[in-house]
Amino acid sequence: MTIGVVVFPGSNCDHDCQYIFKDVLGQHVEMIWHKDTLSEGLDAIVLPGGFSYGDYLRTGAIARFSPVMDAVKEFANKGGPVIGICNGFQILLEAGLLPGVMLRNTSLNFICKDVYVKVENASTRFTNRCESGQVLKISIAHADGNYYTDPVTLAGIKANAQVIFRYCTAEGKVTSEVNPNGSLDNIAGIMNAEGNVLGLMPHPERSAESVLGNEDGRLIFLSMLESLKKPQLTGV
Amino acid sequence: MKAKIHVTLKQGILDPQGKAIEHALDSLGFKNTANMRVGKYMEVDVNETDRVKVDSQVKAMCEKLLANTVIEEYRYELQ
Repeated sequence: MTIGVVVFPGSNCDHDCQYIFKDVLGQHVEMIWHKDTLSEGLDAIVLPGGFSYGDYLRTGAIARFSPVMDAVKEFANKGGPVIGICNGFQILLEAGLLPGVMLRNTSLNFICKDVYVKVENASTRFTNRCESGQVLKISIAHADGNYYTDPVTLAGIKANAQVIFRYCTAEGKVTSEVNPNGSLDNIAGIMNAEGNVLGLMPHPERSAESVLGNEDGRLIFLSMLESLKKPQLTGV
Repeated sequence: MKAKIHVTLKQGILDPQGKAIEHALDSLGFKNTANMRVGKYMEVDVNETDRVKVDSQVKAMCEKLLANTVIEEYRYELQ
């Protein structure tokens, strides 16, 4: 498989993503500079974490106008899988590929720690290697991860099983005490209605190797690779 | 023509920065303050003298980039 990792000015998890897909999972990786266009034959695209354009104006607000984003949108609209991690998630929201926005964390702090997230929907192309309700331990590192959307959109994404990950206790209980950033409904990750675009605040690429003490994040990447082998597993 | 643009959070959207500043004002002894909201102020020169054209241009800028209308509202003056 060929995975494209987009590099924006200010991305800083791009090489982590490259490392996981190439060295840990044995895939071919292409790094795509934001001013370039996508090459033919990409199987999936990752928008990595970081601080694209210094988070100026709003997180992700300027990166969404990067030249490569038109091609990313086209790739997504044709059903190609796209994962946005942290800043990548924020860019997907600003680009309108996912619904909602990110607000500043309620604590106003930049939070960097391991958290637990519950897999709310295990029959997606990004979670098919997980059990429904499985608890994953993955790192977060952000100042703007407080997911917000209007009540109608929220009801829609819940009804449509597009909420994929929610912050929870180690036992899988979703409570306000373990909500790190004030995110609506403890939302940590959502998917589009078509099931091919995932955005999540936790960093699975930082939690995908035993030497780092945690491999749970690997399940998300393995799920996506699995679905690429079996096209019938697309969507919800 | 110069556009002076204000972008603020909509009513009802939680403003953690505003809350923190409100608490700081309280600590400073400004006990009669409430409902602090933080917004953004921007200025830009537009090389165009037709007010109607500038107005529609600035509106488009706000809608497309300067504000995220899911959570923010904007207003502007042209000079």
